[in-house]
Amino acid sequence: MKRGPENLGGQPRANGCSFSKHGAGGGLKNGYVRGSAGADTHSQIHRIVHNGGLYKRPFNEAFEETPMLVAVLTYVGYGVLTLFGYLRDFLRYWKIEKCHHATDREEQLDFVPLYQDFENFYTRNLYMRIRDSWNRPICSVPGARVDMMERVSHDYNWTFKYTGKVIKDVINMGSYNYLGYTQNTGPFSEAASKVLSQYGVGVCSTRQEMGNLDKHEELETLVARFLGVESAMAYGMGFATNSMNIPALVGKGCLILSDELNHASLVLGARLSGATIRIFKHNNMQSLEKLLKDAIVYGQPRTHRPWKKILIVVEGVYSMEGSIVRLPEVIALKKKYKSYLYLDEAHSIGALGPSGRGVVDYFGLNPEDVDVMMGTFTKSFGAAGGYIGGKKELIDYLRVHSHSAVYATSLSPPVVEQIIASIKCIMGEDGTTIGKQRIQQLSENTRYFRRRLKEMGFIIYGNEDSPIIPLMLYMPAKIGAFGREMLKRHIAVVVVGFPATPIIESRARFCLSAAHTKEILDIALKELDEVGDLLQIKYSRHRLVPLLDRPFDETTYEETED
Amino acid sequence: MDLKRVKDYIYWLYYQYLLISCSYVLEPWERSMFHMIIITVVAMVMYTAYVFVPIHVRLAFEFFSQMFGSQPESTVLLMN
Ligand SMILES: Cc1ncc(COP(=O)(O)O)c(C=O)c1O
Repeated sequence: MKRGPENLGGQPRANGCSFSKHGAGGGLKNGYVRGSAGADTHSQIHRIVHNGGLYKRPFNEAFEETPMLVAVLTYVGYGVLTLFGYLRDFLRYWKIEKCHHATDREEQLDFVPLYQDFENFYTRNLYMRIRDSWNRPICSVPGARVDMMERVSHDYNWTFKYTGKVIKDVINMGSYNYLGYTQNTGPFSEAASKVLSQYGVGVCSTRQEMGNLDKHEELETLVARFLGVESAMAYGMGFATNSMNIPALVGKGCLILSDELNHASLVLGARLSGATIRIFKHNNMQSLEKLLKDAIVYGQPRTHRPWKKILIVVEGVYSMEGSIVRLPEVIALKKKYKSYLYLDEAHSIGALGPSGRGVVDYFGLNPEDVDVMMGTFTKSFGAAGGYIGGKKELIDYLRVHSHSAVYATSLSPPVVEQIIASIKCIMGEDGTTIGKQRIQQLSENTRYFRRRLKEMGFIIYGNEDSPIIPLMLYMPAKIGAFGREMLKRHIAVVVVGFPATPIIESRARFCLSAAHTKEILDIALKELDEVGDLLQIKYSRHRLVPLLDRPFDETTYEETED
Repeated sequence: MDLKRVKDYIYWLYYQYLLISCSYVLEPWERSMFHMIIITVVAMVMYTAYVFVPIHVRLAFEFFSQMFGSQPESTVLLMN
């Protein structure tokens, strides 16, 4: 954050927006800018970059509006399914039809009903019909291609039978294997197996007691060096890293400002901590600033004492929207209001930035500006576990106070070795340029795939650099049809519906990988084109709304100090 | 050859109808029930249209011709 004040110092620009990388050129007021940045030169495209001065690179993030007709038809579809759901529930109630789903027991009928809320209705009557597209077992390494087990259902997805056959070499567009380190051959797995024969698998104790191996220490210094922070700590599970460390950092009398789309682990951690939680609109800096202002002006409810700590919790790349956090603005706000920042880089570490160091690297910021850098080894590194990086005092505090350090078994040594090997590869310390190439390959793949999908007319969400690509399907029947048609064409995709997304915004989600070659992507794109025509899911009218249902309250960073 | 194209097109239309109405994911007996309901509703709408629309059109025509048109024919006749 060396540049912010310089840029802003010259003229008191309010919320400038511009295309130029620095945005220092014109004193633009908040508003729409018409232009043709980006791949497609459509006259209606608006691009907007808030506080352009804070960004060193163009930030193109777009969420196309749902076409009205599609929204109406989607609701009609849900209406039909709901009506039939009621019919089926009626039949089950009167024992005309056998009920496969869990029901309240006879003797518990007068207690609080367990299976009558909307989620259960949805699971029983809507999700069940298209369940075959979810939870498919695989039986090989989930690399660029994967083997899947064939299964059939004779009772409309209530139970499945395995036919014993294997669907070979399905193109894998669903794994979080961003850098393609999920392999069972090659130098990493050899290194891991060597460590396995030296250390064994289990550690059978926690970090605080006897489970502290030299491998763990080696990993932590390496991670700290990789992230550019003073110190780091590794945990055996990414989910627990979030849900156990947030309670160690904040407690009663503290305030957590959380993005509305944060991952379940962050939500759980925030709730366990006992701190007050306030939610801001997804990636919306106006909403965040308003909450910060209110928190400082009014303090705690009733007593009006100031909050002990204010912690802003955001993710690097959001796994459902494919959006990238507006980190420069978040950091500016954090500094202005003297709060703390917790950044979950689960999906961005390794996958973003010219040297694979996550969003901080992507925006060219200083890692010290982020107080708590959290991330997982599950995705880009093809291993398991999570880490937290930050100041030495923070990590020392966590070593003593985090539940994950006190009560959870430490990382298995072969896993540690896989992480070490892959981080070294990314940093180029293994003497090759493979890591660099993979990062480049991933960003090329991302841009190529996004551009082609956009050209074909699909509605896709998110930032143009995010390797997670949500493709909107909307209608419930198309979720099932899309999964089945793609698998028929030997492409494995992840489809997402309610409750992971709003009910009308069902989508398919592609995760690109450096392991995908151009040929694989071209095959996938060809099949996608075909399925897109068959299912009529090329909804795009090329009308990008600039991510703004937000008010144009001014966010000013003039008082920002270094 | 052409017949096959038409057949394909009709099948495609039917597929789109299945997808949009969500009957794609219904079980066969539900699907036939859904089709029956849709067919019944459409048939009734068409029948109603066939029976009532001509009458209404004629009435409306008469009404408007009375309002805007020249003198009613009967009066004209009387004057003669
Ligand atoms: C943002 C985020 N944080 C944390 C996790 C949990 O990580 P792990 O799978 O290593 O437990 C995930 C996993 O999907 C995630 O998406």
